[in-house]
Amino acid sequence: MPRKSMRAAINEAMRLEMRRDSTVILIGEDVAGGRGGTAEASDPPGGVLGVTKGLLSEFGPDRVIDTPITESAIMGAAAGAAITGLRPIAELMFVDFLGVCLDQIFNQAAKFRYMFGGKARAPLVIRAMTGAGFRAGAQHSQALHAIFTHIPGLKVVVPSNAYDAKGLLIQAIRDDDPVIFLEDKVLYDREEEVPDGAYTIPFAEARFVREGKDVTIVALGKMVHVATEVADRLARDGIGITVIDPRTTSPLDEDSILEAVKETGRLVVVDEGNPRCSLATDVAALVADLGFDHLKAPIKRVTPPHTPVPFAPALEDAYLPDAGRVEAAVRAVMAQQR
Amino acid sequence: MPIASITMPRWGLTMQEGKIAAWLVGVGDSVTAGMEVLEVESSKLVGPVEATASGILRRQLVPLELDFPVGTLLGVIADESVADDAIDAFIASFKPIERDVQAAEDAAPLTVVVDGINISYVRKGESGMPVLLLHGFGGDSGGWGLLQASLSSAHDVIAVDLPGHGASDKRLAGPSLSDQARFVARFLETIGIDRAHVVGHSMGGGIALALTLMCAAKVASLTLLAPAGLGPEINVDYLKDFVAAERRKDVEAALERLFAQRHFVSRALAENVTKYKRQDGVRAALDRLLEGFVRGAGQAENFRSGLPQIDVPIVILWGLDDRIIPASHADAMPAGVVVERIEGVGHMPHVEAADTVVRRIRALLRS
Repeated sequence: MPRKSMRAAINEAMRLEMRRDSTVILIGEDVAGGRGGTAEASDPPGGVLGVTKGLLSEFGPDRVIDTPITESAIMGAAAGAAITGLRPIAELMFVDFLGVCLDQIFNQAAKFRYMFGGKARAPLVIRAMTGAGFRAGAQHSQALHAIFTHIPGLKVVVPSNAYDAKGLLIQAIRDDDPVIFLEDKVLYDREEEVPDGAYTIPFAEARFVREGKDVTIVALGKMVHVATEVADRLARDGIGITVIDPRTTSPLDEDSILEAVKETGRLVVVDEGNPRCSLATDVAALVADLGFDHLKAPIKRVTPPHTPVPFAPALEDAYLPDAGRVEAAVRAVMAQQR
Repeated sequence: MPIASITMPRWGLTMQEGKIAAWLVGVGDSVTAGMEVLEVESSKLVGPVEATASGILRRQLVPLELDFPVGTLLGVIADESVADDAIDAFIASFKPIERDVQAAEDAAPLTVVVDGINISYVRKGESGMPVLLLHGFGGDSGGWGLLQASLSSAHDVIAVDLPGHGASDKRLAGPSLSDQARFVARFLETIGIDRAHVVGHSMGGGIALALTLMCAAKVASLTLLAPAGLGPEINVDYLKDFVAAERRKDVEAALERLFAQRHFVSRALAENVTKYKRQDGVRAALDRLLEGFVRGAGQAENFRSGLPQIDVPIVILWGLDDRIIPASHADAMPAGVVVERIEGVGHMPHVEAADTVVRRIRALLRS
């Protein structure tokens, strides 16, 4: 099977769906390549990190629409287009720009189906780059999946690898509700085996990345790779770790998490989001509520500190959860017996 | 003489590690290339590992019953003339083949266009009479694992992804067993194979039977594992549930019915099958296949009456606890057909009793 980067897999998902369904359009800053994005421009870059490269030349400026720097207009236009029958993919570029267009997403797109008694649908995908580690500073490095997860009416996807990214994005485009699709920019170059054809991955279906008998680690996005590194390292010391990648935070595959905790009796949650009201607290609460009887040790969370993402490289590295901190958490829950 | 290594084998795409169940020869014993020297156990199966060269088994390196990654050095073969310190140096400098590299070499599927349909197949081993492996409904070329790896030491073994399956196009040549057999004949012609030993599981067994009746000259022997096409009954509920399942848990629940021993159904297996089922076009292909080989509550085609015309050796292997197609379909076979029923095994004898199936097929191919 061909190996593809996550960038290529995301591009392919959009390309296949735009070929299959003429109502799928792409709208955002620089998605066509900037400078007004005309099809005549030779091979425009396709976004700041090249994810939409080639889509303008294949589908033309009517379906690949460059906008001014105006997030509220992008999201408002996309939400409106969605309820009138198109399937827009709207790009927010960096998820940090969310603050500019909160109303369009939270109070409009997320509420249409509910407010109109099911008579309106908003089949909209909002793509945005997320996460730290890219040396991009506090205003371009946040991991804000928890904010979207908090809002009923939004579905939230955070892929950790190229295979999942393609299948989840196709699923998102075919979904009849607004889906927030968050792409960790440091994962764009990671390659995996990705089939050429279209396929879908249903939401709320976690992936068991590793299976072990002692500790469950729930991790999202690039934290999956940190958790997997620790699982492989500690397997040599005889500590068996199950790594679960929920893939979507809303809806969340609660069953798989509880099933894994039942098998292992210990839980570590690794989350790049800010620690208050986060995926880490949500999963910890879920297991404390419904899986308490299976626990052999208190739940551990591994998260960044509750601060903005530092710009100084040494501080940014210290900010992100790493294998050392995850291993320490695993050893801590292993040391405790209830 | 060079020093030869025996390493942890990789049987199937999901195998990452295995343990030595037993050594069949001791240190200092002579071995010949191809001889079974130890038994390895992975999470799914137990099977023999063969000597990679002739000589003396000089070292057994890792303890029994502990898991070691695929590619780990397990033993060393060399003749008496090789000094002990040369062997120590060989062991010290041995570098296990990276799992990914090995996976790429193992998998490296080939593609061929047959009647406008892209067909993916895996070919292993280069010499000897070809062996064609035909998987069952919803299966693929990756499901043979041990069987393909182990027959490839003496044969050119071809595992095909039938139309609608695996990495082949999700378009069918036709839904019935006979349609599929005609297509398999065209596939063999296209890749330039005149005659092969044919091994078929379940639906693939029915296709193998139809192929033999259709073009006897192409088939050197027939090994049927819990085959379709020998009687009316089939578990239609299973087939429908398998086709309808979209989530890993539902796929897992369906797959449990294939096995007598629950532990063969791992999350990894279910995830692999789910990956296949998620592809666009698979649902439609499987729905159409079902129409082709199920009529009412039973199988649409029955080749039993054609068996006496077949004059190549036929071996039928069936698990007594098969919940998909009853083992009683192997009752009252014409003289000359060898039937072996295996206790404690369900619909997947090549997985649940891999060892027995491999030995049985090897014996047939040797004869």
